[in-house]
Amino acid sequence: MPEQIKKTRQTRTSTEPVAETSSTTGAQSKTMAADLDSLLDEIDEVLEANAEEFVKSYVQKGGQ
Amino acid sequence: MAIPKVCGIETEYGIIFKGGEVNPITASSIIVNAYSQGLTDSVGWDYIDEHPGNDARGFSLDDFLFPEFESQLVNTVLTNGARYYVDHAHPEVSTPECRTALEAVLFDRAGEEIVRRSMRIANEGLPPESEIILYKNNSDGKGNSYGCHENYLVSRETPFAQIAQQITTHFVSRQIFCGAGKVGVEHRGASTKGSTSPWFQLSQRADFFEEEIGLETTLKRPLVNTRDEPHCDPLKYRRLHVIAGDANMSEVATFLKVGTTAIVLAMIEDEEFPEHLLIKDPVNAVRQISHDHTLQAAVAMSDGRRLTAIQIQFELYEAAVVYAAHYGLDAIDQSVGEDVLLRWKNVLLGLHSDPLSVANVVDWVAKLRIVNGYVARHGLQHIDAKLKAIDLQYHDMRTDKCLALRAGLDVLCASSDVLRSMSEPPVSTRAFFRGTVLQRWPQQVIAANWDSIVFDIDNEGLKRVPMPEPLRGNKALVGELLAQCQTPADLIARISSQF
Repeated sequence: MPEQIKKTRQTRTSTEPVAETSSTTGAQSKTMAADLDSLLDEIDEVLEANAEEFVKSYVQKGGQ
Repeated sequence: MAIPKVCGIETEYGIIFKGGEVNPITASSIIVNAYSQGLTDSVGWDYIDEHPGNDARGFSLDDFLFPEFESQLVNTVLTNGARYYVDHAHPEVSTPECRTALEAVLFDRAGEEIVRRSMRIANEGLPPESEIILYKNNSDGKGNSYGCHENYLVSRETPFAQIAQQITTHFVSRQIFCGAGKVGVEHRGASTKGSTSPWFQLSQRADFFEEEIGLETTLKRPLVNTRDEPHCDPLKYRRLHVIAGDANMSEVATFLKVGTTAIVLAMIEDEEFPEHLLIKDPVNAVRQISHDHTLQAAVAMSDGRRLTAIQIQFELYEAAVVYAAHYGLDAIDQSVGEDVLLRWKNVLLGLHSDPLSVANVVDWVAKLRIVNGYVARHGLQHIDAKLKAIDLQYHDMRTDKCLALRAGLDVLCASSDVLRSMSEPPVSTRAFFRGTVLQRWPQQVIAANWDSIVFDIDNEGLKRVPMPEPLRGNKALVGELLAQCQTPADLIARISSQF
């Protein structure tokens, strides 16, 4: 797989942005962890109160 | 050369009625009617050219299909060129014909806003204890599935068997970036060969495919659907009706789903699909890949290799780059096509190095991240009903409840463009003509479908305007003509002298 990625990069022009480098991935994952925390706080608020009942009652007729 | 990949997306929404015993067909009818009653005029759908029983393999099952009167009662065509109706006990939005993957994303998003508005209007008219709620997903977790279908214009000159064989590789492997994710498994019978039953999988739909190819869409679903109903000139075109995909909440995922598929279809038409890249047992492989969210599942290829979905997708991507260099991407639209290639590469690199790095793009990753975070915070087991509730609520169309809207997904479309596209048609296809005449003369358009419009002209009776070419009728071709006409009678007189 790494060979394939290398090859791909080489065949594209050098001005083209490449995917995130490891340093930006590190910074990004810290932000994402903070985001996830606030998202989980929010989920506690908006998640259907009785999850079991909600999941059980979600029944659909089959479609296409 | 490959023909323009005119495309569109049909989405059947999940529906529940809280606080009362109302069957889903009635609930769906309330939803669609609520929207059309909120508009000044709505025009009925014309069924005369519908032949869903026609099979690309050369026979017709129309005589064996039962008429579906319920679904034909509630059926409207909107001024943005879309169709909004009740299908198989679900409200369904079919986008207008779009010229590019980016337009398809825009009109798919407009469809979401249309069902959101429908929900608000419908619920205002219900007793306070009742509520209709819609979900943009594809499964109820109990073995019942409903579809999100894509459509692509393909040349009649390309043998259907070739399209079916080659596009299957993409349908089986593309779920790594366009799967919407699912908590649990619904595949009937034993778990997939060689694996234990997973608690989370990449795709909503993978469990429901039982055949490689066929006409069915509601049972024994095939990976490649053979419905031969082009809704345009049948001598020149086919409409590839794709049922092997998930409804996406992520705009970028929808963009990649439609964009990469359009490119692969163009490659097939130009005979540039890498012929060795075929999966030996696609029906089993689609589940093997979906059931392993570590992305390590390797599937048998017809040339004897075993490849992961990422490896298959890298090979397809690399072939697409070579194709684009030799043929250009006019069939997809050059600049949109280049954007598809760049995002395609980046999503594959991200999935390969660290899937969490594409949680802003890929629905299943975004969903898994939430579920894993929730499990860690509350010390839950993977079988906890709360995880299935999170799965369902990821797709909830109520903005105050939808988890996808809170997941940090990247956005492609400006909200002003989305709102405008609820009523304005795309300018790039015949949907422009359909939408514009519906805006201008709703009283005199008595029926419309994909490839014709019927006008009621004073003193002349009914006049059908056929639209067999999906790109003719775009703004560049008919914008001026429509602006110059004061009445439908003017229009009919002008176009009967031109077409």
